[in-house]
Amino acid sequence: MSRPKPRSLLEALLKSGPPSQSVLSDGITTVPLQAMTTGTCLAGHTADLIGRSVLVAVATQLEAALVLIELDGLARRLVLCPPDLATEHLQSVITDAEVDAIACTDVSAFASYGIDRIVKVTTPVPIQQHPVADTTTEWLMFTSGTTGKPKMAIHSFAGLTGAIKATGTTAIQPVWATFYDIRRFGGLQIFLRAMLMGSSIILSRSDETISAHLQRLGDAGVSHISGTPTHWRRALMSSRVPAFTPQYLRLSGEIADQAILDALKGAFPRSSIAHAYASTEAGVGFEVTDGLEGFPANYIGSAGGEVEMNVRDGALQIRSPRMASFYAGRPDLALIGSDGFVDTGDIVELRGNRYYFVGRRGGIINVGGLKVHPEEIETVINRHAAIRLSRVRSRKSPIIGAIVVADIMLNEEAAGSDQIALKSDIMALCKRELPPHKIPAVLNVVAAIETTIGGKIAR
Amino acid sequence: MSIRLTIVQNIEQVAKEQNRRLMPLSDDLALLDSGLDSLCFAILVARLEDKLGLDPFSASDDIEFPVTLGEFIGNYENVAA
Repeated sequence: MSRPKPRSLLEALLKSGPPSQSVLSDGITTVPLQAMTTGTCLAGHTADLIGRSVLVAVATQLEAALVLIELDGLARRLVLCPPDLATEHLQSVITDAEVDAIACTDVSAFASYGIDRIVKVTTPVPIQQHPVADTTTEWLMFTSGTTGKPKMAIHSFAGLTGAIKATGTTAIQPVWATFYDIRRFGGLQIFLRAMLMGSSIILSRSDETISAHLQRLGDAGVSHISGTPTHWRRALMSSRVPAFTPQYLRLSGEIADQAILDALKGAFPRSSIAHAYASTEAGVGFEVTDGLEGFPANYIGSAGGEVEMNVRDGALQIRSPRMASFYAGRPDLALIGSDGFVDTGDIVELRGNRYYFVGRRGGIINVGGLKVHPEEIETVINRHAAIRLSRVRSRKSPIIGAIVVADIMLNEEAAGSDQIALKSDIMALCKRELPPHKIPAVLNVVAAIETTIGGKIAR
Repeated sequence: MSIRLTIVQNIEQVAKEQNRRLMPLSDDLALLDSGLDSLCFAILVARLEDKLGLDPFSASDDIEFPVTLGEFIGNYENVAA
């Protein structure tokens, strides 16, 4: 008989019995997990937050981690603010999430919102006993769409941890890390994995260079690490890569094309490399471990499994116990369709016995009436040996509405080479692989491609 | 390089990339018969904007699209003048 699943993060952490060496660390502050099971970061105000909808608006990932451990199972809701939440959206977040308490770093920043319980988050201090409540806390995660009023998908602890397989005690404790911020879905998954296993997690910091970050990951002996393909492409540009030897690398959050999978296999020949599909709304979908882009066609349509997938109008649909239930405060928006599936908006294409991701429904460029997904062109360009990163975007055309243009960022070896010859070579590749309307009209060699704070290409 | 020469070179380049068979270029060649389709023209206009800093087709609201290659080149030369 399987053991009952822990109902809260703290219960899970206590159950995993973290060894004394397990820590949460961001390179500035290091907190032993054991201190979290016997301490408080809320300066004696924990009990005041029982049953409340708590906005977690803290300066660092480490503080966020501490608050989540302490308040899951006590608070009615945990509203996990991402680091880039604009102040102008705070009021709508407070309204939509029915926020009636705030856990934060800077108390004065929240004085004008009419919230009477504002608690400052501190480094943990020991307490006799944690308050106990039997609340099933709702976790509110911000969706990754960055423009306009933020949307928050409501999850449960059980749903969020549904994809994490119960692992027995292993001889060697993994050390987890993620390039993501743990206040986003991709990063939170890694944080929860570490906590359920009682393992260390090395957090990222936005003020750190990639080389310093990789150095820190290597020094901490990180064995399991996740990030977006864009995070990984950036990591591969660093000379610190050879010193870093994780056992397990995971990509998620963007399309993992063959070029990045092959580049990682080349840089980390002894690591197992997986790409995972997950979204804030649909939860964790699946993992692909065969080193190939896309996923096997037989993942689709198998009913009865924990995760069911369909393709409708070209878009991937997911139904599973791990998906979010609805958007907080937005009864006008349906998160789950009437058939129980979440429409991910990710467009897939069947070629042979495999499905490939081609782009986002909303990201389509209309070239004279023909639809183009920027990502499918980037996938082709990224295969070229000189390319580190590419971004395809729409450019207004007085002739046919829009054309596609590509910004290309060269890797170190190609940086000094003849650009005219190189561009012509890339155009030849595109011509071989793509229909005419998908061949970029212009290739711009750029020094950098803007990425979002979430580690994805800015679109 | 003259505007005319830049345009001619870019037409040849676009035709090559887009696998179009180009008719011999002359001023009275009708654009519709040139072998270039509208996608080719869209690419051409974008590249010429980057090279010459000119886009006669977005410069005003009521543009008349040229019929011949000579008129097309003339549009650029007029905007530049």
